[in-house]
Amino acid sequence: MSILHTVNKSPFERVNLDSCLGHAQDGDLVLLIEDGVFAALNGTSLAGRIATEAKRLKLYVLTADLEARGLDPANVVAGVEKADYGTYVDLAAEASAVHAWL
Amino acid sequence: MSEEDFDGGVVKKFMYVNRKAPYGTIYALEVLEMVLISAAFDQDVHLAFLDDGVFQIKKGQTPANIGVKNFSPTFRALEGYDIEKLFVEKESLEERGLTEADLLVPVEVISRADMGKLMAEMDVILTA
Repeated sequence: MSILHTVNKSPFERVNLDSCLGHAQDGDLVLLIEDGVFAALNGTSLAGRIATEAKRLKLYVLTADLEARGLDPANVVAGVEKADYGTYVDLAAEASAVHAWL
Repeated sequence: MSEEDFDGGVVKKFMYVNRKAPYGTIYALEVLEMVLISAAFDQDVHLAFLDDGVFQIKKGQTPANIGVKNFSPTFRALEGYDIEKLFVEKESLEERGLTEADLLVPVEVISRADMGKLMAEMDVILTA
């Protein structure tokens, strides 16, 4: 069974995402929420790494948090899936554990 | 203190440095409140946006679905308070995949080096 990791801090300010990615096992789920959604964007200094990680992890981004910040859900790195609150609940229910990287 | 006390008083160069994204924390909104208050004191106010602070003035913010108020239109009202010196750091935009066209107010985009020089000219700097 895989773990659902949630990351809610900006990758440009804190190392939460970096640490999460460094510990997540192949096939784990990573959901970007709140200020964590900045990591999902195309064209950032981080986009290459996200694209690479998307090949071994299931990456998701919470659409409501993108839209809140004026960010286009269509403009996320290929391989990162859009999730609404319902999907968030489903992922949490299916995972063996939820690890919130606060 | 009466308003007259400020007539002919010392005008200092103030800079408010915004380094945090909106909504994830309360810092961005609190600085904006501080800026609005400062408008009443006839000082030479400068706003700087760098690091994640550039996200504060991203166009198209719609936080209704996360249950908080959209305060970004307030940045467009600053002009009415004679706060028109807004500076955005070029490198911070680029690291985040943003351009000047993504911003909701007229700003001056300057390099990190020039931002540093601008800071050196200030009398008071408040960062959050």
